Amino acid sequence: MIALSDYLILSSIVFCIGLAGIFINRTNIIMLLMCVELILAAVNTNFIAFSYFNGDLAGQVFVFFILTVAAAEVAIGLAILTLMFRSRGSIDIDVTNTLKG
Amino acid sequence: MEFTSVLFYIFSFFFVTSAVMMITARNTAKAALLLILTFFSAASLWLLLEAEFLAITLILIYVGAVMVLFMFVIKMLDTDKSTLRAQFTRYLPLGIFVSIVVIAQMVLVLNAGQFDLEVIGVPERHDASYSNITAIAEQLYTVYVYPFELAAILLLIAIIAAITLVHRNQLRSKKQNISEQVNVQAKDRMRFASIKPKSSKESK
Repeated sequence: MIALSDYLILSSIVFCIGLAGIFINRTNIIMLLMCVELILAAVNTNFIAFSYFNGDLAGQVFVFFILTVAAAEVAIGLAILTLMFRSRGSIDIDVTNTLKG
Repeated sequence: MEFTSVLFYIFSFFFVTSAVMMITARNTAKAALLLILTFFSAASLWLLLEAEFLAITLILIYVGAVMVLFMFVIKMLDTDKSTLRAQFTRYLPLGIFVSIVVIAQMVLVLNAGQFDLEVIGVPERHDASYSNITAIAEQLYTVYVYPFELAAILLLIAIIAAITLVHRNQLRSKKQNISEQVNVQAKDRMRFASIKPKSSKESK
């Protein structure tokens, strides 16, 4: 029988893979967005595992809201990405240094 | 070993492997396809945890809508030409180091025995007549009805924001120009036309 700690360890491994992906692909914004999606999938697995092992449906409802917010985030993020590609001709993070901050 | 345990290890193998292949993929479109495989294995794991509604939702919304949106943007923006891979190896050791440290900490904390089956008890499986969708709907429309409405409003705001961000040309929009409307004179609106009436004899 698979215990709760196995699910938690699996989701923490995937979370850290997403974290490493942000470190590795830090110049490509599309890859950054996809790594955030990976992290969210790991966190949702965490929520659902706790929901199942505690017999409480609140975790699944929370995952539902996380999916909603993530869909909105992706839609607006890709819209901003399209605008940035129009104005700069590239989606690399290195070209977004015009503010000189 | 139980059959569900075998399934868990198969799905988690695909989960971790496709995630690793995704973050190291050189092609962005290939990375998006591998992320779809990751979502499928995550949905299979959620099915093992009796979260059927969320598993189907993950496939329908994420694979069906969000990843298709990603593929559209990847193909539309021609990212392969603009992608810089020069810094790939520069931050690779730092990323691996941080990940290994975080994974080691998590495993040390989570494997300490407080989440074992003897401590929290084995959850009983529901029988075939149990409907996960009904149970979630009862929760959503009673306890969480106010956050549910807020989520709907959030999606509406996201639609409006995405359209107004990307929509650029004002070709067919019925936008008002306030100063033009205020400064209008009566002679701009009304025009006196002098039309000579035809004589009634000619019309007959």
